[in-house]
Amino acid sequence: MSLATLTKDWAATSYGFLDASAKRELRRKMLKAIAVPGCQMPYASREVPMARGWGTGGLQVTLTLVNPNSVVKVIDQGADDGVNAASIRRFISRVSGASETWDTLEATIVQSRHRVPEEIMRENQVLVLQVPNPEPLRGVEPNISIARQMHADADYGKLWLTLYEQIVRKGRIMQGAAYPSMVNGRHVMTPSPIPRWDVPKLNMSKHLTILSAGREKRLYAVPPYTRVEPLVFSDRPYLVEDHAALTCRRSGVSGFFMNELPQDGGGSVFEVSDSNLGIKAIDCADGAPDAIGDTWYRNGEFSA
Amino acid sequence: MNLISEPAALERAAPRLMRAEPLLRMTDISKRYGDVRALRGVDAVVYPGEVMGIVGESGSGKSTLLRMMNLEDTPDSGDYTLRLPGRENENLFDLTRYERRMLCARHIGIVYQNPHLGLLMKHSSSGNVAERLLIAGERSFEILRSKAREALDASEFPLDRMDARPIELSGGMQQRVQLAKAIALEPALLLLDEPTTGLDVSVQALVLDTLKRLQRDRRITMVLVSHDLGVIRTMADRVMVMRHGEVVEQGLADQVFQDPQHPYTQQLVHAKL
Amino acid sequence: MTTTPLLRVQGLTKTFRMYHLDSMLHAFEGVSFELHEGEFLLLRGHNGAGKSTLLRTIWRSYLPVGGHVFYRSQHGEIDLANAADVDIALLRREEIGFVTQFLNARPRVAAQDIVAEPLLLAGHSQTEALDQARHWLDQFGVRPELWRAYPSTFSGGEQQKVNLARALILPQRLLLLDEPTASLDVGARAALVRRLADLKAQGVAIIGVFHHPGDVSDLIDREINLNTRVVADHSREDEHVAV
Repeated sequence: MSLATLTKDWAATSYGFLDASAKRELRRKMLKAIAVPGCQMPYASREVPMARGWGTGGLQVTLTLVNPNSVVKVIDQGADDGVNAASIRRFISRVSGASETWDTLEATIVQSRHRVPEEIMRENQVLVLQVPNPEPLRGVEPNISIARQMHADADYGKLWLTLYEQIVRKGRIMQGAAYPSMVNGRHVMTPSPIPRWDVPKLNMSKHLTILSAGREKRLYAVPPYTRVEPLVFSDRPYLVEDHAALTCRRSGVSGFFMNELPQDGGGSVFEVSDSNLGIKAIDCADGAPDAIGDTWYRNGEFSA
Repeated sequence: MNLISEPAALERAAPRLMRAEPLLRMTDISKRYGDVRALRGVDAVVYPGEVMGIVGESGSGKSTLLRMMNLEDTPDSGDYTLRLPGRENENLFDLTRYERRMLCARHIGIVYQNPHLGLLMKHSSSGNVAERLLIAGERSFEILRSKAREALDASEFPLDRMDARPIELSGGMQQRVQLAKAIALEPALLLLDEPTTGLDVSVQALVLDTLKRLQRDRRITMVLVSHDLGVIRTMADRVMVMRHGEVVEQGLADQVFQDPQHPYTQQLVHAKL
Repeated sequence: MTTTPLLRVQGLTKTFRMYHLDSMLHAFEGVSFELHEGEFLLLRGHNGAGKSTLLRTIWRSYLPVGGHVFYRSQHGEIDLANAADVDIALLRREEIGFVTQFLNARPRVAAQDIVAEPLLLAGHSQTEALDQARHWLDQFGVRPELWRAYPSTFSGGEQQKVNLARALILPQRLLLLDEPTASLDVGARAALVRRLADLKAQGVAIIGVFHHPGDVSDLIDREINLNTRVVADHSREDEHVAV
């Protein structure tokens, strides 16, 4: 037995870009995060060939999860064809041999910036959300050490207080994206800046969601079939964005989360934010067998 | 004249008629900060509905003792029990941080001399009161609102300003917000740490009057720390006099002021008069 | 009398120790007497003889240095000379009253509320307490337009009336009076005597110090003279000289 038989030949990068020890750390932290739903786990956050703040947290998780049989979908605000999304998707397939897709139903890993796809995800799929700021308490407690104690003690009074203050000052809760949500009745997490529209999709979902912040070096998870409850007062119902009645000007679908395109005349037109859903709808209208899967919202009402 | 041979006041017996058990009992509390012995074997007993005054100069240990009653600090030795349902014989210093926080939120209210310690200055006044209720698990906005209004009203805070930020309010009003926050959950014990020190004399009288009213209407057990004998005399049923971390004398308020037994108390009382 | 006395004072002694003067002040020594329910005891003596001091020692504003004050409370007999502070506080709430010439007026508390307070503390309803309070304010001659006013602004005489109404509204078992008639007008003085006679008839035991004992001469059963160092009990028939 020689050293050569025990070691691998030198290569420019490891499989999936990250070296084995980095991936091992991430796997351990992901397991821990799954074990304590919603609790933030610190990790080392290695360098990847992308600037911090552009999805490095999500990318490291995806690179750890990926294998040659994976099918990877990457979306940026719902779109598969954004420069950032396309670049990340190509990078992942190039370093791992995984195949690429735009179709939510085909994907095994969906890495997303700020949206949850409209089609219902399954048990064998993983949603990886890119997180800019993982700490829901940052606004009320700038000291991270104290914020960790507050999580440990489930001391969320101040967080509730900010919601109370919003109603007192503005008449309604102003929190738009990143609505603080209680996971499994214990830890409050920020569900990354997904719109309020998407938060109910995480509640008791079939799929695993991993949320990862590369710059802040923390990740946390919502395991399958885990409660995710937005913090709301019992007599002030949780409201999602008022998009139920809007219709996509290109695909004609309605009852989904829309992008607003302001027009010169002062009005707006809308396009469905989940761009692949729009494409499927157009293909269906053209007679293609491109079936749209079950969606969380039906006719603008959350029904899953 | 040899004073030592003269008769001292009779030793007081243990309570015989009082049927109620003490609400608060602190036993042999000692605390050292470096070389400073902040508290030396302090005992304290407070009965339900009583106002216990603690007087002493700065550094006498009175505020340290109050902070311990609020479980903000633990002594080097000594026990602390509060007669709360299910916790009768528990040394509260043994509680975990979480248990301590929940116990304080539900059963102990405190008003600090410095409102910055007790209030979130940039949140609304009503929100400051509501926070207590939120910690205790209240999740209805309307109930939070009405209970905050109720507590502020009981503290004689002008309700048209209930959503003003404490930072915009006068010192007397800030103390009323602190008081409302402290009593919002009807605590078993209300701790007052120099609550009127630094206020104008007229404002001080009004705040003391509010405290008196609350005490009369709700029979809240209070522990009041002050270096101001006038405040103690107005408020307290019984008084503990502290010096250098020790209780040098305690008794009924009128007795301590009219017939002080310890040389230090005599000096204190005469200096005031 | 054959009943057990309400109060048995035995060898009560009070000295003040004044550290800043490095001296002692002897107030009284070896005072002994008994008091039954419905009895009115007058304390006599020249200025500084210790009349008020004795009252305050029984009330426990002053701590005695020797002797006993056995008091037969509703909860059992207790020695006031060394009873625990909380027991004294309890008795002051429920059984023993002390009337001085000074009103402890508080800012922003109306006269009728000050008077009604002892009843409220004893568990009477708000309406009943206020009715009673107005009745006694009226009896002592406080004009109705002052009932809702704050006594801190009243004259000394008016304050004293409020004070008496408050002190006497709730029948106690033992009443200590420290010159309550000072600064009272004739009408209020008469009302006070009427009220004291009522209370005495109800069985309240009273110990009083009066600048003009003549005001209450009809009520006095016995008196004690504090001019001598050691005080023994004197019966009224032998010693009392009407003023």
